[in-house]
Amino acid sequence: MYDLAIIGAGVIGSALAYTLSAYDLRILLIEKENDVAMGASRANTALIHAGFDPLSESLMGQLNVEGMRRCYELCRELDVEHRNTGAMVLAFSKEEEETLEVLFQRGLANGCRGLEIISGQAAREKEPHLSGEVFAALWAPEAGVINPWEFTLAMAEVAVRNGAELRLNTEVTGLAREGTVWRIETGGEDRGIRARFLVNAAGVESDRIHNMAAPPAFQILPTRGQYYLLDRTVGPLVHSILFNTPTRAGKGVTVSPTIHDNFLIGPDSEIICDRTDTGVTRSALDEIARLARRIIPSLDVRASIRNFAGVRANSCHNDFFIDMAAEGFLDLAAIKSPGLTAAPAIARLARDLLEEAGLSMTKKEKWTGGRKVVRFKEIPEAERETFIRDHPLYGRVICRCEAITEGEIVAAMQREIPPVSVDRMKRRAGTGMGRCQGGFCGPRVLEIMARETGRDPLEIEEDGRGSYILTGRTKE
Amino acid sequence: MAMNPDYELVVIGGGPAGLGAAAAAYDAGLRRILLVERDLEAGGILNQCIHNGFGLHIFKEELTGPEYAGRIIDEIRERGIACLFDTMVLSLEDLGGVKRIGLMSMTEGYRHVTAATVVLAMGCRERTRGAIQTPGTRPSGILTAGTAQRYVNMEGYQVGRRVIILGSGDIGLIMARRMTLEGARVLACVEIMPYPGGLSRNIVQCLEDFGIPLLLSHTISRIEGRRRVEAVTVQKVGEDRRPIPGTEEVFEVDTVLLSVGLIPENELSRAAGIKMDPLTGGPYVFENLETSIPGIFACGNVLHVHDLVDHVTKESRRAGKAAAERVLGEKAGGDAPVIPLLPGPGMGYVLPQKIRKEDFEDSIRVFFRVREPRMTPGRILVRDGEKVILSARRPYMLPGEMDYVDLKPEILSAVTGDHLTLAVES
Amino acid sequence: MKEITCIICPQGCRLRVDEDRDFEVTGNRCIRGVSYGKSEVRNPVRILTSTVRIKNGSHPRLPVKSDRPLPKEDLMEAMAVLDEVELEAPVNRGDVILEGILGTSVNIVATRDMAK
Repeated sequence: MYDLAIIGAGVIGSALAYTLSAYDLRILLIEKENDVAMGASRANTALIHAGFDPLSESLMGQLNVEGMRRCYELCRELDVEHRNTGAMVLAFSKEEEETLEVLFQRGLANGCRGLEIISGQAAREKEPHLSGEVFAALWAPEAGVINPWEFTLAMAEVAVRNGAELRLNTEVTGLAREGTVWRIETGGEDRGIRARFLVNAAGVESDRIHNMAAPPAFQILPTRGQYYLLDRTVGPLVHSILFNTPTRAGKGVTVSPTIHDNFLIGPDSEIICDRTDTGVTRSALDEIARLARRIIPSLDVRASIRNFAGVRANSCHNDFFIDMAAEGFLDLAAIKSPGLTAAPAIARLARDLLEEAGLSMTKKEKWTGGRKVVRFKEIPEAERETFIRDHPLYGRVICRCEAITEGEIVAAMQREIPPVSVDRMKRRAGTGMGRCQGGFCGPRVLEIMARETGRDPLEIEEDGRGSYILTGRTKE
Repeated sequence: MAMNPDYELVVIGGGPAGLGAAAAAYDAGLRRILLVERDLEAGGILNQCIHNGFGLHIFKEELTGPEYAGRIIDEIRERGIACLFDTMVLSLEDLGGVKRIGLMSMTEGYRHVTAATVVLAMGCRERTRGAIQTPGTRPSGILTAGTAQRYVNMEGYQVGRRVIILGSGDIGLIMARRMTLEGARVLACVEIMPYPGGLSRNIVQCLEDFGIPLLLSHTISRIEGRRRVEAVTVQKVGEDRRPIPGTEEVFEVDTVLLSVGLIPENELSRAAGIKMDPLTGGPYVFENLETSIPGIFACGNVLHVHDLVDHVTKESRRAGKAAAERVLGEKAGGDAPVIPLLPGPGMGYVLPQKIRKEDFEDSIRVFFRVREPRMTPGRILVRDGEKVILSARRPYMLPGEMDYVDLKPEILSAVTGDHLTLAVES
Repeated sequence: MKEITCIICPQGCRLRVDEDRDFEVTGNRCIRGVSYGKSEVRNPVRILTSTVRIKNGSHPRLPVKSDRPLPKEDLMEAMAVLDEVELEAPVNRGDVILEGILGTSVNIVATRDMAK
């Protein structure tokens, strides 16, 4: 019997597990995929939003700035890759400039610091490749970029280290209230998992989970967004995050640097029927490229190294849905942008709501926080010689594009939540993230993972369950 | 900076280009040579190219990739040239003459060596799905042909049962045959251009021999499959290379092999500040294969993508010899006026891109690729201003075939303009 | 009448070879097409390249080739024979690893050295 079960190990579920792992609670984190951060938490724009965009009266507006500040703190505490780049909203006309003023005022109300409306000329001084047609811009110095799956993973790792239980490959198929306890059916052989409190952090599936526990209250409108990842060989394209001014026609696209110094452009926005459809389409990619070139005319998508899509949990309410929807049942649902940024604040709010609902919060006597990751690239020049003498595995580069060493791969396998597939390793060590997309290092990563776990290489998969890489041995 | 660098020459890369350069530099008189290879053994991509067809120009017989590699590795062994394996070059800097190279390996750790000259021979890598932006999902079972080749030929794994190949480059064609021989079913080879990318010999012996259709002017317009590839949609393309609606055909496959081009691997060169030619994807070089940084030379696929390893060997020998001449002070280089060599109409690229106007002793071999295929006879023209100074007949021209013309010393000495142009006669 | 592509040069002429008229070749743009067309239709042969299993080597497979061409139609059968071979390292380039495959006089030889 658990005190609390969280359904969904995305950024929200993991942030909550992290927050509550400090208390004397038996916590279970349930995830249907084979790793944390498998839904929108892994395929998004990877931004720390400053907080000028959401309406002040919305939950998004109330939680964004708090989440943003906490996000930076957590990144430092948990050694999560991030960079405070600042962001600009670009106005291409007088009319759009008026919208900047609205955003500026809203940002002030939401608690943003350092906002400034600057001229097109001043914007181009910050971003030399910016279109000459940019008329004015809203500068938001607090925005930044983050490694979203590492952020999720880091919080889940600390939770697991402090006693939270993570059950992967487990899909919730039904919920039933038995007296003062929830029984969670998972389709497996066990007779259900029992927990006193349940939290719905199921992302794009959160309306379905809600409907298992309470009368329908909201509907998820699965919204697909597609992206280009561009190689850093295009040069220093942008230094900060560039947004179009939102208009009635849409939000435009974002052009931003990534924490690995590549560039991300996207997303579009398309409501789809199949919540798992993360495919990309020619027409959407073409449109994204066209819109991005309006911002940076010299942008060349031939430097593309990957296209991907994420499905966001938008809802008919156009806001987060956070509510004790039934006894002992808390929805952290319909978490869309800026959900990644707001996650720590959502977790704080959830903690308060659960305590109010009767979950007793006693701090653990012993809680081990913090996290440290050795990244070869970050070791200062002067220390490399000694470090590698002491840790020879960090002297062998496996991923050439990103200079990731065997030491980093092996270390990732020894953490609290070890990777089970080549893509899971990519999310941890960064192997295959670069321009060759694992063409060189994929076979070697597979070999190291098989060696370290004693598994047959044929069993090592690419991504989720069933994504096998090898189909057999030759000559056998 | 110390006057005496650790090495006269450091060669970066132990594939055919690096091996050829190191041996030639030795033969030209250098003794303090270091060859650095990131893999556990020398030979580079040849080790996985187990098919035959290599070496007709250099060894006058038809060898397999490993045999060709074996022979040029022997040349290095016989000369006693020092090699470091399992070692990555992390940095290259020009310290005003002397070059400083950052090396790392498990056994020797992280350190720097210095060299009077450097030959870049890092080879190339394959274009990926991201580069061609194929729509659809992202399941497993989408590999570059070269990655598949490594798995099948060196590691002994089969990577698919029902396969479609996108792109008709030679590695893709070779893998169509290899996977068929190993029991897979290859359903088709799909090429977006109206002509094949690979040699006709490979079209015949790798596709036609096994009844594998070659679909020209077609592309894969969609990949399906949630976990593993389940199907692809193939469509005919128009002259704009865009899929034509209504021509969709679905192939049920579990594997997509990509053979859609190669890109010189020049991250190190770029970081060193070497000037790059966007047409070749490699450094700009002078007639002696020297890059924009004096004392740094380039050869093989890092310079421009070759179709024949024999050409790589020849080119790398020139680079090795040129590095030796630089060390031994036989060629001053430096201050001579420079004649740029530019690609004119119909020309994809030319190499070298710059010729130093000094006392020309030998002919200068100019490599080029044309932009469009042409199956009727035509001429390659070299112009000095308006004046045609060389005209060479070709029975046909194909972008897939690297070609060359030789500029004789007397032609070069007579140049009066400030640049030369190489073009296809219109 | 058989139609084949000439592989002597990249022009890839479509050759027509008439078996009934002493393998007369037409469609060739140069003289080299004639001899290629005749032999390719009379007796098509290929060098076979593949791998065999090897124990205790630096790699689990050793590349091999037939030292002379085999009849085209025998390639799959020869592959099946190679499936059964397992060697022990070390092996040297050029070592004969299988003599007279499929009862022919063609040997299978190693195409690289493989140390223990």
